[in-house]
Amino acid sequence: MRLPSLRAVGTEAKLLLIGIPVLIWTMLPLYHMFLFSISPKDSAFSGKLWPDHPTLHNFEVVLKQQHYYLSHFWLQLWNSLLIAVATGVFTLLIATFAAFAISRLRVKCGRLVMNLALFTYFIPAAFLAVPMYRTMGSYGLLNSQWALTLAMVTIATPYSIWVLKQSSDQLPVELDEAAIMDGASPMQLFWLVYIPLMAPALVAVGTYALLLAWNEYLYAFLLLSKDTSVTLPVGLGNFLAADDSPWELLMTTGLIYALPPAAIYYTFKRYMVSGLTAGAVKS
Amino acid sequence: MSSTLALPESGAAVQARSARLTPWQAWGLILIVPYMLIFLLFVVYPVGYGFWIARHPHSYVQLVEDPIFVRSAINTLMFLVVGINIKMMIALMLSGFFVQARGWIKWLSVIFILPWAVPSIPTILSVRFMLNPEWGLVNSLIFRLTGEDGPNWLNDPTIALSMAIAVHIWKSLPFWTLILIAGRLAIPADLYESASVDGATNMQKFRYVTWPSLRTLYLTSTILSMIWTLGDFNSVYLLTGGGPADMTHVLATLGIRYLRLDQVDMSMAAIVCALPFVLPLVYFMMKRLAK
Repeated sequence: MRLPSLRAVGTEAKLLLIGIPVLIWTMLPLYHMFLFSISPKDSAFSGKLWPDHPTLHNFEVVLKQQHYYLSHFWLQLWNSLLIAVATGVFTLLIATFAAFAISRLRVKCGRLVMNLALFTYFIPAAFLAVPMYRTMGSYGLLNSQWALTLAMVTIATPYSIWVLKQSSDQLPVELDEAAIMDGASPMQLFWLVYIPLMAPALVAVGTYALLLAWNEYLYAFLLLSKDTSVTLPVGLGNFLAADDSPWELLMTTGLIYALPPAAIYYTFKRYMVSGLTAGAVKS
Repeated sequence: MSSTLALPESGAAVQARSARLTPWQAWGLILIVPYMLIFLLFVVYPVGYGFWIARHPHSYVQLVEDPIFVRSAINTLMFLVVGINIKMMIALMLSGFFVQARGWIKWLSVIFILPWAVPSIPTILSVRFMLNPEWGLVNSLIFRLTGEDGPNWLNDPTIALSMAIAVHIWKSLPFWTLILIAGRLAIPADLYESASVDGATNMQKFRYVTWPSLRTLYLTSTILSMIWTLGDFNSVYLLTGGGPADMTHVLATLGIRYLRLDQVDMSMAAIVCALPFVLPLVYFMMKRLAK
């Protein structure tokens, strides 16, 4: 009777030997950020794993914009939100229209459009950044928040169309046939049948586009430059301009900035995992 | 019943289509226009513009003569060949760990996703501070434990690049582990059961059951990860800024460096030089996904 339990303990110990390093590796940068945010300025650099006098003072400074680097905190947070929501909405509209046309209406050039979209998806976004910057310049959109929104929609739509087409292809053909029998127009089919059935995939795609735009740094700092129009990540990057930057405030702001996407991710995890990871690499 | 009904109707539809657009085709074209507009304005035009900027042969001569470009190309290769393979191997092992049915492993997997769920900017900056040679947490701990000064992490090109790769792995490991977990869960359980009955060891189970089923997924994931990593700007730019002495740039950050120096032609030329390596990978992925 004792032998199997000993073996079970051995297995458990082996698993813990993997689990504990994984936990430390995962949490270290995040805990470090949290540690800074609750440390008073003078003790942030002491190298201790828990501050002697934990404080919420940093959060107060950030939320009341009491530092030079943070003078537009709320505005930049709002810019981030605005651009993320706009990107989500536009991506959803454009990608759903396209996926519906390709998958359900079987538009003639559908295959070609799908391939063009996939090709765009596989071009690393950083490669497109410089030409996109020049392009926005020649359209006269530089420093306008439209530039960032449109760039993010451009980057988010290809994958969104692909995911939506994949789930759309799984809807039964009888659906369209029944709709035609009942004399439904294509747009009635779209709004009354297609959209409700596609809801889970739409949530996944909308969340994907929203988070993509919220998290974007490269395009944001290229396309926007005014302190009042940039998004929060650009504001965070500006902290690096000086050597004596208030790290504890930067980490506090970073923590505040990181919370909404984490919350959204965990809320929609069900949709994200089924919609995105299963779709990302189907074997 | 429905098939006999559908046949003459689809025949009529073909006739109608040859005469004029059916409302379905017309609506299809209308609905596809928004995406095509985006594609033309923000993909075709910039790409064409990029090639036009990079049209002068002397940009390429200048580029090849620039030691920073050569260094960036090597760094990018290191990132892809070493970094991605290490990452995928760890992901493969961890996926085996996370499919174990334990309550605490389920909780750990929820925490494990965090790096993927949070934005990379604050976490990379957090690592950057952690590695600061004088004040950083890592060197403080090294000093307290050993009494000696830790390495000057971000001031040595090799260590700095390794740290950028580590940051990249930290950020994207959860995603690929998740993919491989999905792959493992799709393997029928009775394969493992019959292997156990035959007395297979864990190693043999992996060799003869797991790996043959996961191989294609693993290869696809590796290639997709390579393509994506080419565009990983944040890991390098926010951790090292390309420094010390522009020794840790990768192609994604090099373009921005040339843009800052007002050498847009070099920036575009560097990307054009990468295309012969990127396009075959892209072609491979499109063949796999466009079915």
